[in-house]
Amino acid sequence: MNEFPNIRIPIGDYVEKFIDFLAMNFGWLFDFIFTIASTTIRTIETALLATPWWAIMIVVFLLGWYLNSILNGIMFAAFIFLIGSFNLWEDTMTTVAIIVISVVLSLAIGIPVGILMAFSKTFSVIIRPLLDAMQTMPTFVYLIPVIFFFPLGNVPAIIATIIYALPPVIRLTELGIRNVDSEVIESAECFGSSRNQMLVKVQLPQALPTMMAGINQTTMMALSMAVVGSMVGAHGLGERVLFSINQINISLGFEAGISIVFLAIIIDRLTNGVADRLQSTGRRSA
Amino acid sequence: MTVKIKVENVTKIFGPRPKKVIPMIEKGASKRDILEKTGHTVGVYNANMEIMEGETFVIMGLSGSGKSTLIRCFNLLNKPTSGAIYVDGENIVNYNKEQLKFFRQKKVAMVFQHFGLFSHRTVIENIEYGLEIRGLSKSERRDIAQKHINTVGLKGYENQYPDELSGGMRQRVGIARALTNDPDILLMDEPFSALDPLIRREMQMELLDIQTRLQKTIIFITHDVNEAFRIGDRVAVMKDGHVEQIGTPEELLETPANDYIIDFTREIDRSKVLQAMNIMSKPLSVMNGKDGLHVAIKNMEEHGISSVFITNRERQLLGLVTIDGAIEGVKKKKTLEEVMTTDVLTANPEEYVQDIIPRVLVSKYPLVVVDETNRIEGIILRVHVLSSIISHSADDEEEGDEILGPSVETVEITE
Repeated sequence: MNEFPNIRIPIGDYVEKFIDFLAMNFGWLFDFIFTIASTTIRTIETALLATPWWAIMIVVFLLGWYLNSILNGIMFAAFIFLIGSFNLWEDTMTTVAIIVISVVLSLAIGIPVGILMAFSKTFSVIIRPLLDAMQTMPTFVYLIPVIFFFPLGNVPAIIATIIYALPPVIRLTELGIRNVDSEVIESAECFGSSRNQMLVKVQLPQALPTMMAGINQTTMMALSMAVVGSMVGAHGLGERVLFSINQINISLGFEAGISIVFLAIIIDRLTNGVADRLQSTGRRSA
Repeated sequence: MTVKIKVENVTKIFGPRPKKVIPMIEKGASKRDILEKTGHTVGVYNANMEIMEGETFVIMGLSGSGKSTLIRCFNLLNKPTSGAIYVDGENIVNYNKEQLKFFRQKKVAMVFQHFGLFSHRTVIENIEYGLEIRGLSKSERRDIAQKHINTVGLKGYENQYPDELSGGMRQRVGIARALTNDPDILLMDEPFSALDPLIRREMQMELLDIQTRLQKTIIFITHDVNEAFRIGDRVAVMKDGHVEQIGTPEELLETPANDYIIDFTREIDRSKVLQAMNIMSKPLSVMNGKDGLHVAIKNMEEHGISSVFITNRERQLLGLVTIDGAIEGVKKKKTLEEVMTTDVLTANPEEYVQDIIPRVLVSKYPLVVVDETNRIEGIILRVHVLSSIISHSADDEEEGDEILGPSVETVEITE
């Protein structure tokens, strides 16, 4: 009596069939995406590796100095040096390449979607549960279908990373635009601004500090996917971590792990520095 | 003067189905009833007004009276639910997108209570925003913007950001930004309410100054009666979305339409609003100098007064003859001109009562109100001044009229 009646709604099966259908019929599309994505990663990776290590260290130091403080600059440079000394330079550059492309794509998708959500309540209502799903669905669940479409390697990792890292930039873009002071909007409107002028000249610049917080979040989440992504064959630091787990190699695990933490600190401080800089010229103290 | 803006039966209701609510209001349902029953907010109901070219028209009311809603109808930030607004004869409510854009870019500009500045732009970039929207080249708009920066006294602040400025300075940016578009109509939504009193006073003066130079049609919103009366040529008082009365500050003081207006104007310093012409009375004791001393004496006896003003045929003031002077003159066979004193204090019709008071106090005779050509327009007695600065209340209004009326005849004037 108290048991659930014997009704089975096989949503899982439908999803599986849908994935099969996509893989069968849109193989060419996924091949195309794969070619572009893998070429891009390789290009970025090659470029990073072609750059001398000390040049990267100096750039990071200067950025840290400019965006935060000289002390932070020194600290970031030391982190970079440490990573090199762990013999993890190439892996780190691969991870950076994966993160860069994931973040760039996330922003390219996320910012327009966020803008549309800010303008259309209906669109926002439709997208929002999707974002919730992207953030809460266990990563492995969508890693499985992704490897249906692409060969194991960096590309499925990037797709998974984008899915995971996309929501913050979308949400905060929407929030940023919606929260622009109503008098500021009115004043732009009463000068006869067109919708595009309003967006480009007023709404986006005003929303930028909030959007920067979203971009920061997206970057950090992309980084945290570096390890998970290596389960579907992504190279880089994640691969080292996975490798050390298999071998129960504590020293390699720690070095690879702490390298990820170093990267995280550097990226977080730098993007935050950009956000602060925008904040100081971009918001009135009311 | 031509009519610049004509507002005809404008109603603005906020909510999902505003048109449905109109019949309810027509039946006389109150704002609160409508909100409770339908969830609609009545912003403005059936507003009618004509605003003249070059006029500073103030809309005054407490918060929630619909004044901000109404001013936003003038540039269609709020589209009226019903009614028409004619600007230069064109009904702007029917404008399509392109026409509206043109109208906003060229004809009307707005200044906001909290300034509405773009915090990501420097002062000069804020000021040239309107020109940028219109597609002017950078050098052109810099030139125009610079001119207006000088107008409002912001020279030297061009490259600062709004959050680096004080409130008063920010609002100067707001005003300069509005003026830069060279609009015919300037909408000002409580522009000085967020400023502290000293700065507010200063800004009001500067606005009056700018207005004398530029002669815009200004619609100015405020909740402050003193501000309204200081800068308004005419004032409309709103309450719960209705326009209660429209008139000059003097009219609102002298002939308030209802108790609400009386309440509103109670705090006003009347001596700063009322002018000589508002309180003077008809000069009954005036005679043509040609008529001679006998006529003067007869005139004074008839009216029971002790002095009479002498004019020429054009009613220009020549002087004053007292009863004692006249009788002495008749005895000594002098002419009227010989006994006439020219030691008479005058005021011009536009002078404010507060500025007249010292003269009224020292003058032995009534103060004569004369126009530029020295023609007599009226006279002012001490009692006029006193009664003018005591506020009207509903019950003593008639009494007040009596005092202001033909009392001149019975007033004794001593030497």
